[in-house]
Amino acid sequence: MPDDKRVRIAQRIARELPDNSLVNLGIGMPTMVADYLPKDRTILLHSENGFIGLGPSPEKGKEDLDTVNAGGKPVTMIPGGCYFDSAMSFSIIRGGHLDVTVLGALEVDEEGNLANYMIPGKMVPGMGGAMDLVVGAKKVIISMEHVSKNGASKILPKCTLPLTARKEVDLIVTDMAVIRVTPQGLVLEEVAEDTTVEEVVKKTAARLTLAPKIGKF
Amino acid sequence: MKRICTPEEAVREVKDGASIMVSGFMCCGQPPQLMEALLKKGVKDLTIICNDAGFPDRGVGKLIVAGQVKHLIASHIGLNPVAGQKMHSGEMVVELVPQGTLAERIRACGAGLGGVLTPTGLGTEVENGKRTVEVSGKKFLLELPLHADFAFLQAREVDRFGNAFVPKSMKNFNVVMAMAAERVFVETDKVVEPGGIDPDKATIPCVFVTDIVKGGGNA
Repeated sequence: MPDDKRVRIAQRIARELPDNSLVNLGIGMPTMVADYLPKDRTILLHSENGFIGLGPSPEKGKEDLDTVNAGGKPVTMIPGGCYFDSAMSFSIIRGGHLDVTVLGALEVDEEGNLANYMIPGKMVPGMGGAMDLVVGAKKVIISMEHVSKNGASKILPKCTLPLTARKEVDLIVTDMAVIRVTPQGLVLEEVAEDTTVEEVVKKTAARLTLAPKIGKF
Repeated sequence: MKRICTPEEAVREVKDGASIMVSGFMCCGQPPQLMEALLKKGVKDLTIICNDAGFPDRGVGKLIVAGQVKHLIASHIGLNPVAGQKMHSGEMVVELVPQGTLAERIRACGAGLGGVLTPTGLGTEVENGKRTVEVSGKKFLLELPLHADFAFLQAREVDRFGNAFVPKSMKNFNVVMAMAAERVFVETDKVVEPGGIDPDKATIPCVFVTDIVKGGGNA
């Protein structure tokens, strides 16, 4: 996916994060959200390996190997951050103290089911903290490409891959659309500025209900 | 006072087939010289309980590459492709556990609990073969405690009583694993006399630590 589309997804998700919130960003595309946090809001980032207050990447030569992110890369902590062990970190996550988690996905479906941790026989990296994050966070936002590399819809009537969790996804943000998961199914709320409602519907295998007013982003 | 030993002396007691909890998160907070000593000793058929499979050329990942691990219990193996290959070929059994569940299963053992009830994994493959329990109308999975023969941990400072200071994001699994093994070896850069660690900064209370290993650095 071209960089400008990744930036668009990150910027749109950043706008979704409330003031005074604690947010966990998954490795990969979700991490980009950190670059677009609204300056007028206090948003603290949680790193599941054990701290609150995840900051920007360190300058070259100033890396501290004892402060790494969930991908094992050296990072910095902002003033006011705090460290803790894994049991505490996942108590924060599972106990409902994390406001938002942003994760990538292989598939999402009409019920808000999520598959993002394995393709049997092909890619079995393990769930890491994803299952706890999706079950525990108050709000689950999915950041992903609308279609897979071969053009297939990643938003399906029903997930086909092993699930990470059932009925936990709240919002899907792709390079083409913003889709909210409701008890009545998926609602198309916004489409990207370079596409149309018809195009989004065509490229989505799941059934979409159109919001009364569909915005652009 | 706790025994102080070298990494080589520490692994002398580890026999083929032993179970070892190894702290660390992508090698951060993992005892580097204990890992090297295990590798050098060449013990095999190990059961390793660790957050992840590390990297092929670092820390616990090297034990996997060397074929010393028969059974791996971890939450993530994606950054060590050799672990995936050995899992698919059947050379190594891998039990994937959600990270929060892994921490709580270890903590449950150390805290004297019969298990933990968690919503994580409900309706997924993690649920297979496990009991579900309903409490106040909510469904949970029963996850059982995890115990090991040894815990290999890392701190930056340990006093002679065994109080350990584990700074920053090195803490990760060091704290819960200290509670859940028969023998608990803490590798450290620095050994100090009792009183040398601010009591408010004792990340691991002395009671859990059985042996202090002089080593240090980063895995």
